[in-house]
Parts: sequence; C-alpha cells; structure tokens
Amino acid sequence: MSEVPVQHTQWNALDFPDAAKVLLEDSQTRKNVQHATNVIQGKRNKVVAELPDWEDLREAGARVKAHTLRHLDYYLTKFEENCVRAGGHVHWASDAAEANRIILGLLRRHEAREVIKIKTMTSEEIGLNATLEANGIRPIETDLAELIIQLGKDRPSHFVVPALHKNRQQVREIFQREMHLPELGDKPEDLATAARTYLREKYLRIKVAISGGNFLLADTGGMCIVESEGNGRMCLTLPDVLISIVGIEKVIPSFRDLDIFLQTLPRSATGERMNPYNSTWTGVHPGDGPKEFHVVLLDNGRSPILADKEARQTLQCIRCAACLNVCPVYHQTGGHAYESVYAGPIGAILTPQLHSMEEGRSLPYASSLCGACYEVCPVKINIPEVLIHLRGKVVREDQATLAGKFSLWNIGMQAAAFLFKDAGRLSMAEHMGLVGQKALVSKNGFIEWMPGMLSGWTQTRDLKAMPAQSFRDWWAKEKAPHAKSADDGGVR
Amino acid sequence: MRISLFITCYNDALFPETGKAVVRVLEKLGHSIEFRTEQTCCGQMHWNTGYLREAVPIIRHFVKVYQDAEMVVVPSSSCVAMMRDHYVKAAEMDGDAKLVADIEALLPRVYEFSEFLVRKLGVEDVGAAYPHKVTYHASCHSMRSLHLGDIPIRLLKNVRGLDLQPIQNMQECCGFGGTFSIKNADVSSAMLSDKVRNVLNTGAEICTAVDNSCLMHLYGSLHRQRTFVKTVHLAEILASGYAEAQG
Repeated sequence: MSEVPVQHTQWNALDFPDAAKVLLEDSQTRKNVQHATNVIQGKRNKVVAELPDWEDLREAGARVKAHTLRHLDYYLTKFEENCVRAGGHVHWASDAAEANRIILGLLRRHEAREVIKIKTMTSEEIGLNATLEANGIRPIETDLAELIIQLGKDRPSHFVVPALHKNRQQVREIFQREMHLPELGDKPEDLATAARTYLREKYLRIKVAISGGNFLLADTGGMCIVESEGNGRMCLTLPDVLISIVGIEKVIPSFRDLDIFLQTLPRSATGERMNPYNSTWTGVHPGDGPKEFHVVLLDNGRSPILADKEARQTLQCIRCAACLNVCPVYHQTGGHAYESVYAGPIGAILTPQLHSMEEGRSLPYASSLCGACYEVCPVKINIPEVLIHLRGKVVREDQATLAGKFSLWNIGMQAAAFLFKDAGRLSMAEHMGLVGQKALVSKNGFIEWMPGMLSGWTQTRDLKAMPAQSFRDWWAKEKAPHAKSADDGGVR
Repeated sequence: MRISLFITCYNDALFPETGKAVVRVLEKLGHSIEFRTEQTCCGQMHWNTGYLREAVPIIRHFVKVYQDAEMVVVPSSSCVAMMRDHYVKAAEMDGDAKLVADIEALLPRVYEFSEFLVRKLGVEDVGAAYPHKVTYHASCHSMRSLHLGDIPIRLLKNVRGLDLQPIQNMQECCGFGGTFSIKNADVSSAMLSDKVRNVLNTGAEICTAVDNSCLMHLYGSLHRQRTFVKTVHLAEILASGYAEAQG
C-alpha cells in the first residue's frame, strides 16, 4: 500500500489556564454548560439513589476492569480468537497512524467515497475524519450531537453529550445553514425531524459504517454498544461493511459482566435506568447485518499506562462522563479548555498519558482536587490520586532541566520544604514574613496586591495580613509558663 | 485525656485565633492540652503540587513529633485528609517500611477537631452561645475524605442563639485547592464567585467551616466585594459565649 497522508487534529495549542481564560469570557457557553450538566447531574443522582446496591456495583465494576487490565494480553487474545471464529477480522494498531492506515486501506478496498459513523471517541483520538477527508472520503456523523459538531465545524466539548455547549437556537442556525432549511423552526421536534430526514437517506445509501465500542466481550468475541438515538443500531445493521475501532482497554471477560455495566453506565452517563438501544453482536451471519465485520484494536499510548502501577486505573474508564458533569472546574469552562479529545477530570489524567506527557502538561493541574469525580466514578477511578501522581511526573521532568530547576515555583517550593523540616526555621520565617509583608499591607489590614506568580490570587481576592502574634508565640507567652509551673512536663 | 494539638502551618501563622479557640473548647471539656512546638506542616502543599519527594521529610517530621502522642487534634480537615489519604503512599514511595508502620500506628489517634468532639468524645453540645445568623460551608475534604457528614451541623445546632442558614450547592468546591488558586487563578476565581453568591444568598452574617483554607479563600472575595459577611472557623464559634479569661 502506498504511504497514506495521516492528518492530526489540532489539540493542545494552549495550556489549560490560557484556554480556560478564553472560555471563561464566553458567558453563553458557560451558561449552556452549567445548565446541561446540572440537568444530567440531577437525573443521575435520582436514578443512582434508586439502587440500594450502588456501592457494590461500583466495586464489582472496578474489580472486573482491574482484573481484565492485569490479564489484558490473555483477554485480548481470547477476544481475537472468538471474533475470528465468528467470522470477524481483527486488526492491531499500535498508534494513530497505523489505525488510520488500516481503516483507509479497508475503505479503499471497498471503493468507499462516504462512510456513516456512530460516535466513536477513538476515531476522534486518532484524527480519523481529517485523514478520511484528506483522502477524498466523506465521513458523516450520525449521532445528533456529533452531527451538530460536524456541521458547525466545532469540536466536541463532552464525550457523552458532545454538543452540550450549544443551545437550541445555535443548533437551529447550524441546521438552517448546512442543511439548506431557511424555514426551520426551533422546537426540539423540528430539529429532530430535520436531522432524521438528513440522516435517513445516508443510512439507506452508504454501504460502510465506522463505529466505536463500549465493550469487547472476550468469551464470545462479540461487541456491545449502548446509545440513545437508534442511529447506532442503524449503522450497526444496515451497511454491508462495519469497521469498529476500539481501545484495547475496552475488553471485559464475558457477556455476563455486562450485567454490571449496563446498570452503572447509563445511570452515570445520562441519568437513565437503561439506554434506549443496547446492541450486542458477534461476527457475521448470512442474511443478517453486515457481510463483513472488522475490529481495529487500538493501543495508541495505552500500554505505557498499563505499565504504570500508580496510573493504571485510568484505563478502567468506561467513558460515562459522570466526572465531567460533577466537576466544578468543568462547570466553569466546558470541555474546550482541556484542548483534548477527552475533557474533564478523566481527560486531565488520560490526555497527558496518551501523549506521553509531552502535551497536556498543564492538565494534571486543572483540578482543585475536590474529589467529586472519584465519588461519582462508577468504576472507582481515584482521579485525584492519579492527578497527584502525574503532577509528580511533571515536577520531576521540570527539575531535570536547568530552567525548571531555577523556576520560581521550584525555588519557592524548595525553600518552603526547607522551612517545614524545622520549627525554628519556620518560626523565624514567620517573623520575617511579618516584616516583609509591611510593604504590601493596605491601611485596612489587607493585602490587595501581590507580585509575580502570587498576583493571580489578588486579581479577585484580598488576603488578610499575618497577625502580629502567631499561635506558637501566643502559646510560648501565655500557656507554656503556666504549664511549666504546674509541672506539666508536656510542653517540650 | 491528654491531647496534643497540631495547629497546622497556616493556622499558626495566619489564623492563631482558631488554635486558641481549640484550646479553650478542649480545656473547658476538662482535657489537658499540649502544644509541641517542634510541629511545622503536614506536607499537603508539596504533595498536592507534585513535589512528592520534598513532602516526605515533612511527613517524617510530623510522625517524629507526634509518634508518642495519646491523641492528636487538628483544626483542619484537609490536613487530616492529607495524612489519611497520602501518608502511607508517600512512605511506600520512599521505600521506608519503618515509616509506613509508624504512620499506621499513629493515624488512628489523629482526629479533625469536630470529628474528635463528636466521634471520640461523644460531645455535641459544648455549651457555646453565638447569637448570629450563620451558614456552613462543607469543605471538600471534610465531606469526601473524612466523611464528616452532618457532624459540624450538629455542633452548630447546639450553639445558643445561632441561626443556621442552609446554603445551595453545599457539595461544590469553593475553588481554593491550595496552589490551584494561583496556577489556575481565573478558573478558581470563577468557582469562588459562584460559591460567594450562594453564601450571600443565605443572608448569613457569618460563614463557617472546619477549614481556614476555604474560609481564607471565601473571605478574600467577600472582603474584596466590600460585603459585611465574615468568615469564622467552627472552633471559634464553639469557643464563644463562655466569657472567662483563658490566657
């Protein structure tokens, strides 16, 4: 095969604080994001509360995923054997370029000029659409939100509800322009009808579909996709050829394990008890469904995550996005600030790892470590713990460079660490601080401006000046003498 | 009971009144209090910012100072959360099995202040009086790491004259997050302004919490906006209303 030009989507152009600053100024987006996440979060809390065994389900899901990851080679090989036995084809892609080449090769063999797609984050991750377009093949997203994003030439900002940053009027404008429907109304049924009419023709005409996958079932060699609109069911059953691209971490041991995830995933993702469409299929069957079925198993940076004991749990993720909906940082910025296919808390740990920390180094810091993400995660990924682990990596890498070693952050943190090793030094620093702060304290007793890297604080906040007497000074003066006279002996 | 205080670094330097209040409440309940002047910091700032190696000697210092304490009380849920969630991991990372064992032996004796009152001493009414309209900010670590639940609320409900006002979105972070408030100052400020709006909507004169770190953040904005709402640590409210000179 001749060399295929592979296009990469542009992410990580800006660090999180800079990208966030831009988005914070977009009040419409912030309003849309806050409204949408509040609605989903409310529904999620209600349906989770209905299950008396929710904590057990979380634990069970976490165990199944952790177990599979520990024996990933075994379960993937088993999946491959069973998938091939059922008439499927399995391809292994070590990175984005290889995955793109495999898919493009299959499409060329079938002389496809267009493909229908059911939402797949992995195709987003490898920049598949850009690659296809550059090679003269038109990808058509069939998930309503993805369609809105595609027609609006936008980027997804959430991986369950990719267009949640758009409101109904904005969607209507996109449809009017791109579907040539100047008279289109803005009622939900108007918009749904327009999308349905637009897509129905594509389902019936286009012969190749590309999908993602929620689960790979090792014991049957089958796959499972859950969705809400039925567009997935159309893509999975109507075309002659189905190509599914799936991250290697999506395998689970058996069909029976779906029992857990078909309860936890929809509740966490959309606040539904069950998804309206739950499709599982195995291989090919004469006269029923696609005649040809391919699975591309994508590594693309997942193996190194697997090898990192502290961060391995990242791969337990089932992409429910509950952590996005509950995250106070995500609430303020939406997904675009993460400059990544994967937004929110899970994106903050997944992106830097998939990109070997070269990109997205600011993402592990895009969290106040409030812990809300861990609390809702249906597979118990301790995201704050992984964030801290990744921050540790960023710091270690920084300290290995001269610029990093002499950065204000490093110098400041080293100095603080030096003080905290000894109370005498700390006490002396406190006294020096009292002298040092004099230049900054306003007449009202507050610090309203600070220099350098501390200036971020005083943009919107005042800081109470240090009081003249610290606790330890007060104790030494007021309590310690009495304690001694009482022959207490406790004060050292 | 003989209680050792861990006043934490920022309480020591910035909020000494909180430490004094802890002393008053515990002494009033009849306990003998000691302050080990060698104490410094729990290591949270370094650990959470990714300076993991630098945090280990600070952790080791804490363990050394309090190893033989009968009981350690800390007026900060986030520092206790640091100890419970990360100390063992830090010691393991350092490959120090002795430190791991020492931490595991010490931690069951370390309590956050309100947790100590209710869970250890079984005291929900300390006899305080505080005739003010108050709202309670549940800090993230108090909720999600220490699982304090309604412990601080129960203590506040037993304070004479205190009018407790519920706050909307209690479970959402105020946006402090230590160095997060500096590294991501804009997002942190946006989170803060949501939280401050909720505080102001309660109509309370005072916002309280079990963490001065969150309160410092909230007050930073309340003061900048020239509101009249003040922030006061829970210990200071519980130490109010019994007017005797305690040093």
